[in-house]
Amino acid sequence: MKQNIDNKQEKYTGAEIFVKCLEAEGIDLVFGYPGGAVLHIYDELHKQNDVSHILVRHEQGAVHAAEGYAKSSDKPGVVLVTSGPGATNAITGIADAYMDSVPIVVFTGQVRTALIGNDAFQEVDTVGITRPCVKHNFMITDVKDMASTIKKAFYVASSGRPGPVVVDIPKDITEDICEFDYPSKVSMRSYNPNIEINENAVDIAVDKILKSKKPVIYAGGGVINSNASSELTELARYLNFPVTNTLMGLGCYPGDDPQFLQMLGMHGSYEANMAMHDCDLLIAVGARFDDRITGRLDKFSPEATVIHIDVDPSSISKNIKAHIPIVGDVKGVIQKITNRVIHKKLKPQNIDKWWEQINDWRKKKSFKYSQGDDIIKPQFVIDRLYEVTKGDAFITSDVGQHQMWAAQLYKFNKPKRWINSGGLGTMGFGLPSAMGVQFANTDSLVCCVTGEASIQMCIQELSTCLQYGLPIKIINLNNRYMGMVRQWQEFFYEKRYAMSYMDALPDFVKLAESFGHIGVKVEKPSDVDDAIKDAIKLKDRLVFLDFITDQNENVFPMIATGAAHNKMILS
Amino acid sequence: MRHIISVLLENESGALSRVSGLFSARSFNIESLSVAPSEDATTSRMTIVTSGDDHIIEQIVKQLDKLLDVIDVSEITSNEHIEREIAFVKIKESSIEKSLMEKISDNEFLKVHKTNNGEVIVECVDSPKNINIFIESIKNIAEKIVRSGAVGINSD
Repeated sequence: MKQNIDNKQEKYTGAEIFVKCLEAEGIDLVFGYPGGAVLHIYDELHKQNDVSHILVRHEQGAVHAAEGYAKSSDKPGVVLVTSGPGATNAITGIADAYMDSVPIVVFTGQVRTALIGNDAFQEVDTVGITRPCVKHNFMITDVKDMASTIKKAFYVASSGRPGPVVVDIPKDITEDICEFDYPSKVSMRSYNPNIEINENAVDIAVDKILKSKKPVIYAGGGVINSNASSELTELARYLNFPVTNTLMGLGCYPGDDPQFLQMLGMHGSYEANMAMHDCDLLIAVGARFDDRITGRLDKFSPEATVIHIDVDPSSISKNIKAHIPIVGDVKGVIQKITNRVIHKKLKPQNIDKWWEQINDWRKKKSFKYSQGDDIIKPQFVIDRLYEVTKGDAFITSDVGQHQMWAAQLYKFNKPKRWINSGGLGTMGFGLPSAMGVQFANTDSLVCCVTGEASIQMCIQELSTCLQYGLPIKIINLNNRYMGMVRQWQEFFYEKRYAMSYMDALPDFVKLAESFGHIGVKVEKPSDVDDAIKDAIKLKDRLVFLDFITDQNENVFPMIATGAAHNKMILS
Repeated sequence: MRHIISVLLENESGALSRVSGLFSARSFNIESLSVAPSEDATTSRMTIVTSGDDHIIEQIVKQLDKLLDVIDVSEITSNEHIEREIAFVKIKESSIEKSLMEKISDNEFLKVHKTNNGEVIVECVDSPKNINIFIESIKNIAEKIVRSGAVGINSD
């Protein structure tokens, strides 16, 4: 409804302005689900072709898809859901994005402003409910604030340490009219993500780096968020320092590089955790010393000087005291170190002895397993997936044992190829996030590594995959158990397997077929390679590969909760 | 260790719950919290009295600073500062001995208001420490105690 009043600037409804804002922001894809409070917006989306809307089957799926889209591209993910249950269904995804610092903007419908607080139909206090799990949230109470608020939302979500932003829009605001003017800049006096890097701290860090005899670089998801993988790789190779990655950091340093010690932490490699324990210098880059990484805090890297580089000051010295804190964009800080070291051709200490020690630890081959002729080992499937795809696929994962095996055995050589739920540990993440990855990388191979428990948590999205022709390959490691729960019960609860079995499983082949996809059951180790190869050949179809795997396999190594890094259970 | 944290924040709906929510979500203590408009009508100033070791206080300050509605955070107890609090104590006139009433009337920090139903309200404006001492001395006869929580300002 456009109106010309006195030849002044044209006026638009809030719904029209909403769509114009997305266009102005360069958004071409929105994941969502309609409902009463957002019908004006859906009507406007229907009238145009610049912004596509992807209809999911559950709002949680929309948010995970937006996460997958954002994590595998350089753009934020966008979600549109209705008020009440639309918003509450989105919460798990929002919390997931908060824990893993994913830039997404979630638009939620809200009841009319006059009804707010009246327990109206499909009303929920979305701003209140989401407050603890967003980077920031807004409610738009005047259509005149629509454009500036949306501009701020995208700016906040994507800058500094990224995160989810929720924008709550009452229905009447989408009817009200005003002029449209999309701001070119944002200024918020209480938010300045561009932190000036402390040069003095960089100098001190460089001095320590050049003197260290037993260094380790511990790099996390912040390196990927900052697009600093090539800078980090160049610096690490010049210094000849060993590098380990967190679960979120995998791919930020090449997985097949000889200096790579594999993942660290609870299910990390023996060499990575031993090196963390024995090092004299720990260079933490874009990582936050999560409890799954540190284990027992008072036994963590007891001899090390800690350099901590992170864009979020509140991550520094939160769990582990940083001796040399450097707050700032990871890429900027690494460039400053590079300028002082590589460009001046300064040489670090000879660390051959340290490498000898590390290579000795490597001999344990802590991710080893033995594949016989009869039952498929879950690790074998990941190994073969890596070989067949030459390490070049986008891999999303659900949560549990399969996630750890994928992280251990698929060698990610590029950033943004490994898409998983690290912080919140959300079962159900794998399939919808794979949809987002596929939308962001239309011609690439996208595989979802999952288990028979996780996949059922967002199984409805198979329908979305059919609607949009998403040729995802689902790698279901089916051991008829909630494997990680079973593993803990075996170790810590004297094998009392309370509710960790999966009774009454569906026939996944028929299930995939009923959704219009291809399903294949694989039971013999000798069939694994061909099954994966055949699935990949079906370039335009979703294939659900149901691998029947060993029920008793456990993830090793394992550091029990509260144990030190050098107290690993190896088998 | 007791600390006073002064927070300048946007005067927007929800800003207060962002701060109080942060304290409960991260298990930080709040001994008292007071908030009112500042010298600029678009901002409010909040004074939070909390306790914790240096590591916890550092985290509280950093986490507050991270909130988008927060413009400025400062820990004021580590420098020269003044702090004051107001307390009202309602007491039945019949339970106050004459000698105590005289003592109260003579104290320059105390003011006495009389109600219509045989009670007195003692108003006390002083440092939180002295208010604690005063309240300790009369809590056996107090019917009701109302405290504002401390406000503070750096004085160096």
